[in-house]
Order: sequence, then C-alpha cells, then structure tokens
Amino acid sequence: MTTRETHPGTAGGSTGPAAHGGPDADYTPEQLAAMPREELDRLGAQYDNVEVLHVDPGPEPGSPVEKRAVRQVGLTFALAGLAALAFVVVYVGSGWFLPDWQWEITESGWSAIFTPVLGALMGLSLTLVGVGLVLYTKKLLPHETAVQDVHHASHFDQVTTGATLVGGLHSSGLARRKLITRSLVFMGGGLGLMLLMPLGGLIRNPNTGDPLGTTPWAEGVRLLRNDGSPIRPGDQQPGSLETVFPAVPGGNTVENADAATMLIRLRPEQVEENRPLEGQENFGYGDYVAYSKICTHAGCPVSLYEQETSRLLCPCHQSQFDVTQGAKPIFGPATRPLPQLPITVDDEGYFVARSDYIEAVGPTYWNRERI
Amino acid sequence: MARTATAPGVPTTRLGKTAQEFDDRLIVSGPLRRTLNKVFPDHWSFLLGEIALYSFVILLLSGTYLTFFYDASLRHVTYEGIYAPLRGVEMSAAYDSTLYLSFDVRGGLFMRQLHHWAALLFVASIVVHLLRIFFTGAFRRPRETNWLIGAALLILAIAEGFAGYSLPDDLLSGTGLRIMSAIILSIPVIGTWAHWAVFNGDYVGEFIIGRLYIAHVLLIPAIMLGLIAVHLLILVKQKHTQFPGPGRTEHNVVGNRLFPTFAGKAGGLFFIVFGACAALGGLVQINPVWLWGPYNPAQVSAASQPDWYVMWLDGSTRLFPAWDINLPGDYTIPALFWPTVVLPGIIFTILFAYPAIERKLTRDTASHHLLQRPRDVPVRTSLGVMAIAFYVVLMFSGANDVIAEKFDISLNAMTWAGRIGLIILPPIAYVLTYRICLGLQKHDREVLEHGLETGVIRRLPHGEFIEVHQPLGPVDEHGHGQLAYGGAPVPKRMNQVGGARRAIRGFFSPIEEPAQAEIEQRREEHGAAAAEASRELTTSGRPSDGGRPQEPRD
Repeated sequence: MTTRETHPGTAGGSTGPAAHGGPDADYTPEQLAAMPREELDRLGAQYDNVEVLHVDPGPEPGSPVEKRAVRQVGLTFALAGLAALAFVVVYVGSGWFLPDWQWEITESGWSAIFTPVLGALMGLSLTLVGVGLVLYTKKLLPHETAVQDVHHASHFDQVTTGATLVGGLHSSGLARRKLITRSLVFMGGGLGLMLLMPLGGLIRNPNTGDPLGTTPWAEGVRLLRNDGSPIRPGDQQPGSLETVFPAVPGGNTVENADAATMLIRLRPEQVEENRPLEGQENFGYGDYVAYSKICTHAGCPVSLYEQETSRLLCPCHQSQFDVTQGAKPIFGPATRPLPQLPITVDDEGYFVARSDYIEAVGPTYWNRERI
Repeated sequence: MARTATAPGVPTTRLGKTAQEFDDRLIVSGPLRRTLNKVFPDHWSFLLGEIALYSFVILLLSGTYLTFFYDASLRHVTYEGIYAPLRGVEMSAAYDSTLYLSFDVRGGLFMRQLHHWAALLFVASIVVHLLRIFFTGAFRRPRETNWLIGAALLILAIAEGFAGYSLPDDLLSGTGLRIMSAIILSIPVIGTWAHWAVFNGDYVGEFIIGRLYIAHVLLIPAIMLGLIAVHLLILVKQKHTQFPGPGRTEHNVVGNRLFPTFAGKAGGLFFIVFGACAALGGLVQINPVWLWGPYNPAQVSAASQPDWYVMWLDGSTRLFPAWDINLPGDYTIPALFWPTVVLPGIIFTILFAYPAIERKLTRDTASHHLLQRPRDVPVRTSLGVMAIAFYVVLMFSGANDVIAEKFDISLNAMTWAGRIGLIILPPIAYVLTYRICLGLQKHDREVLEHGLETGVIRRLPHGEFIEVHQPLGPVDEHGHGQLAYGGAPVPKRMNQVGGARRAIRGFFSPIEEPAQAEIEQRREEHGAAAAEASRELTTSGRPSDGGRPQEPRD
C-alpha cells in the first residue's frame, strides 16, 4: 500500500483540500473542473494503479449492429418481465380464477403442474435477466482492457507496524515482568476452561444401566406384528419373513429403535441345513427363528430376504447374513451375526420371547464385549 | 471547503448534489472508486467460485423462508393435512411440518425443492472450484490461507448438507441419521460418550432434530458466512490470479474493471444461477418425502442413497472389509470406524496440507500470481486425477446396488470391482495423466519449433512430399522457430492465427456489408504478422526457464 492510499479521505474535510497532501494537493478544484469526464475517469484509475490500455468501443450509435443488439437485449428483459408476471398470475390466480393448486387424489391436472409451472416461470424469468445482462455487457458495452499493478506486501508498512507493536510491548514491560506474564497465562487457561464448562451439560454417562445392551424384549413378551396383532405358529408360510415388535407400549415406534425383530419361518430344506450358533441351538421354535432386524454394521434395518439362498441383505451397505447359519455375515462389511431372539409360545399359543437378546443388538462399539 | 455558487467543480445536477451531500458525511468516494476500478481477469473458470457464492445467497434466502413453516420437534402428532395417503398416520412434528410445507403452503414445495437443488449446486460448485484452484496452482504462496479456508468451507458445506438432509425426519433421513449414530458409536474409547453427548442419550431420543436444526440454520451458516467474508477479503487484498498471456506478469492483473463490465457479467451470472436453481426446483422433483413416509427404525427402502456429496463415504463404507479389531481386554475397534472416520480424516488432512506438501517437495517458496496450465505441472495434475479416480470409484460404489440392479450385475461382483478398482485405478490414472501431460507439452514445443500443421502437402522438385508448416515467428536457416514456451496456450490450428476469414455477422440476413468485413479483416494482421504479435503471447510473463517473474518488455 502506498502512502497515498493511506490518506484517502480528504474530500470532505473542513481544513481545506491541500492540508493532507495526496491527490487533493496535486489537483486544485479548478484543474479538476477543467478536465472532461473521460480524463477524470482515467486519472482516478491511475491513482488506483489501473491503466486502461485499450478500449474497443461498443457498436456505432445507430448502426444495424447496435440496433440488433438493442433489440435483443430489450426483448430479453421484456420477456423476463413477462415470465415474472406470469409467475405472479399463476401464484395468485390458482384457486381463484385458475383451478385449485392443492394436491388431489388423482395426482393430475392443475395441482400436478402447479409447482413445475412456478419453477419454469421463475427459472425462465431469472435466467432471461441474466442472459440480458450478459448480452448487454458483451454486445453494447465498450470492451476495455485494463491493467492494474499489484502491490505486494510493503516493506515500509511491515517495518513501521512492527516498530509500533514492539514499542507497545516494550513499554508494557511484559517481557521483564515475568510474574504478570505467568499469571496472564494461568488466568487465560482458567478462564478458557471456565467458559467451556457449560458444555459439560452435554456429557452424559452411557454406561448407566447398559442402555445399548438392552431392549424391551423380556421373558413372556409377545411378538406383535406392526399392526399390533400377535402371531401363532402356522400363521406364516414357510420361507416367509415377518417384522415383529415387543408387546410393550410404543414397541414399534422410534422410542424402541433397537427392538425390531425378524420372525422367519424356514422352509423344510432350510430346517435340515440349519446350523444355529453354538449355545443358541434351542433359541428357535420349531421351524421358526427370530433375529434382530438392526444390522450389526451401521444399524439399518436388514430388510431384504432372499429365501432361495437363505440370505438377508441390508440395503444400506449390502451386508449379507445367512439365516441357516445363525445369521452369520457372509458378505459385505458387517462383522457380527445378527443377534438371535430366543422364542417360544405361551399358553394361548402365541409367540413370546424367552428373554431379552443375550447380547447388544445393532452396531459394534468400543466396549461392547465388556458389558 | 468553500462552497459558493461559483466554486469550480461543484456539482450542478440534482444527482451530483445528492452524491456530494452523501459523501461529505460518509466519506466513501475514495474506497468506492478503488472498488469500481478494481480489475478482474476474464476466464470462465474464475466464475466457479462465484457460482458457489451465489448458491449460498440463494440458500440463505430460500432457507429463511422454509424456517417460517418448519417445526424442529420429534413430538408425536397425527397427520391431518391434505395429502390423503398419509392421513391418520403417526409421525413426528418435524415430518408433519415438512408435509404441511410441501402440500398446504402455496409454493412451499417449490421453495423446498429450490433449496435442495441450490444445496446440491453449492457443494458441486465448491468442489469444481477447488479442482480449478488445484490444477492451476492457484493455492501457491501467497494464497495458502484461502486454500485452508476453502477446504474448511467444503467440510462445513457437507456437514450443513447432511444436517439439512436429516431435518424432514422422513424414512430416508432417519436412515441417514441411524448410520451417523453408528459412525459416532464406532469411534474407539469415546464412541458411546460422544453418542450420548450428540443425541443426549441412546438413539434416537428427542433432542437430535432440534440440535441439528440450530446447527443447520445458525451455527454452521454463521461460521460459513464469516469464512466466506474472510475468503473474499483476502481475494480482494491479494488480487486475482491470471493465466499467462500478453502483457500479463506476476505484478499486474489484466482484465476488465469492476464497473461496468465485470459487474454486468457477475450480475448476469447471479441471475442465471438463481434461474437454474428455480427451474430445477420446480421442474425436477427431488426428495419427495411424502413417498418415503415417516421414519421408522424397522423400515428402509431399497436404494437408500445420501445426497451426492456424501455418496463417496457411503461407498467407502460398503467396500471396506469386515475387519473388526479385537484388542486385549475385550475392547473392539469396529470396522465401520475406518471408512467413515479415518478415511475422510486422512483425505481432508491431505487436502488441508497439500500446499505445504507441494512447497516442501518442490522447494518453491516464491510468490505466484500467474497460473499454471495443468500440463506444465504433470506430477500435480496426475496426483489430482489420481484423487479424482479414487473419489469416482467410491462414489460409484455408493450406488453399486442401483448399478447392479439396472445393469443386471451381481451385487457382490460390484463390491469386489469397487474394492479392486479403488486400489488399481488411481495408479493407472496417474500414469495415463502423466503421459498425456508430457504429450501435450511436447506438442506445444513442436508447434513452436516447426510451426502449425497447415494440411497442405507439397511435392518438392526431387519428388519428396512434405507438409507445409506455418511458423509462428521468425525462423533460423533450418526453418526452426525460436519461440520459447511461456506457459500460455499455443495456437494449434491455422484459423487461430487468422487462417480463415471471419463470418459475416447476421443470422437471417447480413447486418454488415460483406465488402466492409473483408476490408476490416485485411486491416487486421494475419499470417506472419499475427505470429509476430502472438510471439508476445508465448513469451511474456513466465520464461520457460521457469522461476523468477519477468516484467513486461514494453
């Protein structure tokens, strides 16, 4: 930055134009008044380190080229205004003198095209404004080539500012008065910590009561369909899958996000080749097995069941689990089998859980094995 | 200042008087003149950052509108709105208000979709802008600070996009949130504690939507606004970079002044960007949340995909093998941790550190204001293309289930193709790019030495056939040009040096006299004279021996 730039604002001063030096000292009002506008423009530019090297004047006034460009730009702006007004008409008029814009069961007619029409009209209008501006700039404005000199860091500024800063620091005596510096550091640390403390309200203990390792399933809790109806053996076709929820209040809502379970009735061939995990041989009931629906990888619901291959697929990251091998992961990023829910039937013949899952359902975490 | 009726230079028009009254009080004419006179170089690639800026403005405007209707709450409500298929369904107030906004607010759906499209465009333009900065070396000293700010803005934009994507609390956004919950849980040692801090308990709780909302509408946008302001201030202070060319040096900027040319073009671009977002917002349906239904942890739709800028992380999650690390003491580092926390951590660290890395390796600590053509820096260009190849494999892997279904490929084959492709494609991209850069460099040198290929075959008296070359400048006795390469594009076709006449203007009928055009054309230099002029083009700015800047010769 030059010294000239640091004294810009003398124009409105009351001490007279020449008092501060700079451009107001170089040029008297009389001299400036005598200059034509173009010259003033160039002069100002010169003070901003800009030189206009070359000006390609715009089209000659009254020439066919100019007339055509003016017509084009004018037409573009006019069309933009027209499209904007059409937007207003559609927005205001729908449901008044135009058909109603609100959703209808038929999903056709005016309500189906209301949003597209709004978008098309606003998009058209704004784009035309932009095109008009660009056309104006390209076809009607003179094309100038200007060069601005770039002044990089100023040594003068660096040295003088440095002197002021160091001078201030020196007169504060902080370099000598060690006690103050040390107490300042101590104070800063303390204050910083203090101001961070309220964030401690965010911290809560995740290990009280093992919330990650428990679900509402418990001994005797019925398996309900999403509509709340209980299930008997024989309700399902062999090879089918039903998502079931614990018979507790809100069992199928987000409050119990980990409770969703898949009740699968194996086909006879699958029953033959069924190899449950060690210690979980009696978790199924007859040809029924129940596995957690929450993927052990990232917690998505494992939703796609291909009964021919006995595979469960998670649609989020394509982990695949084999229901005849204790829902062991056989492809994809999941590392653990889906936990199996031990089931039986109660006196009325409906499916119930024999206990909660024996391990934490859902994604793996740091101390999962320890709880 | 004496102000009499006869004082010279006192404005006489009403506008002039008003302006002077204004400036006498606020003293803005000096800074205003400097701003109006600021010179901007002209190149299409310099508009990419502007597109990002304008999308941000559009996002602020449309987003503010959306907040008038949105209710960031997980309170249970029963839908009673006009959309019949969901009437009577239990849902959260967040989803209910999103449906209200989409169906019961006049033009609300249009605004919601405009906001979503502008968000996609925002991140896309940041990424393309970043690539331009990278491949042309615009991040070199003194612009490292702006590179860091830009990279931070990219991360914030992705976070902002994810938060916004989660707000409607539909089935898709809930699934995204569930994965985010698993990602936080997967962090070793502090995972569960971090999850409890973010969600205020177990997944999903009642707090997360409110917290994401305030992050989305206040916290992140405020930080971004501040960073954008600093980004622009630094740009103005440091001045824009430019490509080497006639009269362009390390110590100047050649182009148009802000007013009126650049302002006209920039204003035009703003309206075009806004128009494109509006047209997309109305015409192209995006995220029809009423089709997904309210979030239910037991449901998911097939082909659940995040917005495009998170897809590469979804891809990395799909490709990473099932490698839990079991530590002594029954502690586990979940496999999910590596592709979702460590991988982006490494990638963004490299991104932040790249200017420092390159400075260290090339020992180039000089200030640079002239840009490089990607071909002239083959190592950097190849590294960039390698990174793009890595990214593209991850992004396609994020959609590998859709690709598998549409093209009838085995899903597992797609996963393996992604795993193998991720390792072998980047090096291949590196080698190919390196070769292409060298080839382009060589061709530039060849044209400078031997001239342009004219396509004219001539038979010499002794029977030899040669192709006539048009030298670009004076030649020595062997017919070899003596032009040095200056980092600027070298003409490759005769038409670029005036080999053809220009077309007569006019679409249906000529609007200029053909004879006049010819005279005009003749007045312009061409052939050897044009080559004399373009000598400047190829030598000014940066000499081929590299390194120190050179003043313009005239």
